[in-house]
Amino acid sequence: MEENQSGSSQGAESMEDNPRRNFLKQSTLLTAIALTPAAAVKAAENHLDEKVAAVFEKMPVTIEINGKVHHLSVEPRTTLLDLLREQLDLTGTKKGCDYGQCGACTVHVDGHRVNACLTLAVMTDGKKVTTIEGLAKGEELHPMQEAFIKHDGFQCGYCTPGQIMSAVACVREGHAGSEAEIREYMSGNICRCGAYPNIVNAIMEVKAGGQQV
Amino acid sequence: MKQFQYVRPSTQQNVIAAIAQPGTKIIAGGSNLVDLMKHGVMSPDKLVDINKLPLKHITQGKNGVHIGALALNSQVAEDQIIKDHFPLLSMALNAGASAQLRNMATVGGNMMQRTRCPYFYDVAMPCNKRNPGSGCGALEGFNRMHAIFGQSDKCIAVHPSDMAVAMAALDATVTVVGRKGERRIAFTDFHRLPGDHPELDNNLAKDELILGVDIPANNFAKHSYYLKVRDRASYAFALVSVAAALDIDNGIIRSARLAMGGVAHKPWRLTNAEKALAGKPATTANFEQAAQIAMQGARAYKENEFKLKLAPASIIEALNHAAGLV
Repeated sequence: MEENQSGSSQGAESMEDNPRRNFLKQSTLLTAIALTPAAAVKAAENHLDEKVAAVFEKMPVTIEINGKVHHLSVEPRTTLLDLLREQLDLTGTKKGCDYGQCGACTVHVDGHRVNACLTLAVMTDGKKVTTIEGLAKGEELHPMQEAFIKHDGFQCGYCTPGQIMSAVACVREGHAGSEAEIREYMSGNICRCGAYPNIVNAIMEVKAGGQQV
Repeated sequence: MKQFQYVRPSTQQNVIAAIAQPGTKIIAGGSNLVDLMKHGVMSPDKLVDINKLPLKHITQGKNGVHIGALALNSQVAEDQIIKDHFPLLSMALNAGASAQLRNMATVGGNMMQRTRCPYFYDVAMPCNKRNPGSGCGALEGFNRMHAIFGQSDKCIAVHPSDMAVAMAALDATVTVVGRKGERRIAFTDFHRLPGDHPELDNNLAKDELILGVDIPANNFAKHSYYLKVRDRASYAFALVSVAAALDIDNGIIRSARLAMGGVAHKPWRLTNAEKALAGKPATTANFEQAAQIAMQGARAYKENEFKLKLAPASIIEALNHAAGLV
């Protein structure tokens, strides 16, 4: 009897989980809309062409993430990494050190790789963000993802999304000319497990393949 | 991270008005400031995001190049004008941080970055720079990374920037603007020695904004080298770095520029060594003599004594590379 009850309540909770999250997100958004105008009005009165977020207020931002435009409200201290993972459930981008040292959180902002942990989300307003979730075209993997699989470029896998985002940037930037150059330009992704030679091989192959990355 | 207000003014006047208020900090790339805010080392009440200002351009004129304060480190390092005419700056920038951070960090922000001294970063430790009057943990603590030139008994921290070392060597000037208008500061006068006020990193006034940096045209492009000695091959702060630039004509040094990083509270320009090199043949023997002159007045601590040998060896190595002798 008890087992049945707990079983059914678990089932109900998981069914409710998504609607509850949606409700939380919607109510957060409504709160933000209710709070923002005062600051905006104040800015207008001062004739400042500014976006203002007072303490405790959230700021409305528009960010294109993986091709989809998101209208969001964020606290100024929210990092892009936390926005992606906590508000948008895009958990492919990993939190490693959280201090800009390990590269696990590497994403592309307007085509350039950056550390999402040191990027304030409000500062990506109006920009285009690409995360590991945005590389594949539907079921078709990005050439770098294919190459990482082929060369077994991961062991525990935790650093892999950041490594792949950096690897793509490394080729695009024209810094995949030699093994030494690849190692230098991948040095911001600090995880150095046994897969590292495989990661370098994967990047060499994609570069040699000359595909559009 | 503590909560803060955030504003994004679109004009210079509004930026200057905003930063004059106490507790306010400018944010450009954020690669150092956000890190410090997460550690609780800095807790501004208000951030002024200056990215709407048009300060990203790199422009070449007759007398040199102008680099806007918001130009990214990666953008400057890869710029063709910089690569062709000021390769020392490209080399220094590419020796700094990681590709991700160079895509975030700006020229102005790079100049404003704080020391990486572990006692500054650890809010549980004494540090006269973070908390004036609390003491210096590094003086008798872990001081392997610390200064050998220009330090005081209040602070022995070093400035972490590579870019700044090249800028100091290349006679750059900084243009800043405040409520009283614009002024120019020689790059070598921008950062301060610690003295009795290590909490002040530089001579920028509280209401001033960095607009950009100018580097005068020079004849050093063919003979420039930035050597960075660190604990691992890449992506680490310098133990010692050397920016070396030579103008060589028929084997004779017409003019030399030398600066060191990782040894002082500011980029450490070696003017006496430069003077000693002028007019002499570009030989390793003369470089050894210059290195000896450069090291006069150096003073080490328990754990950074190795820098007394590493620094002159690095100067010789950098000069040999710049002269094309190795």
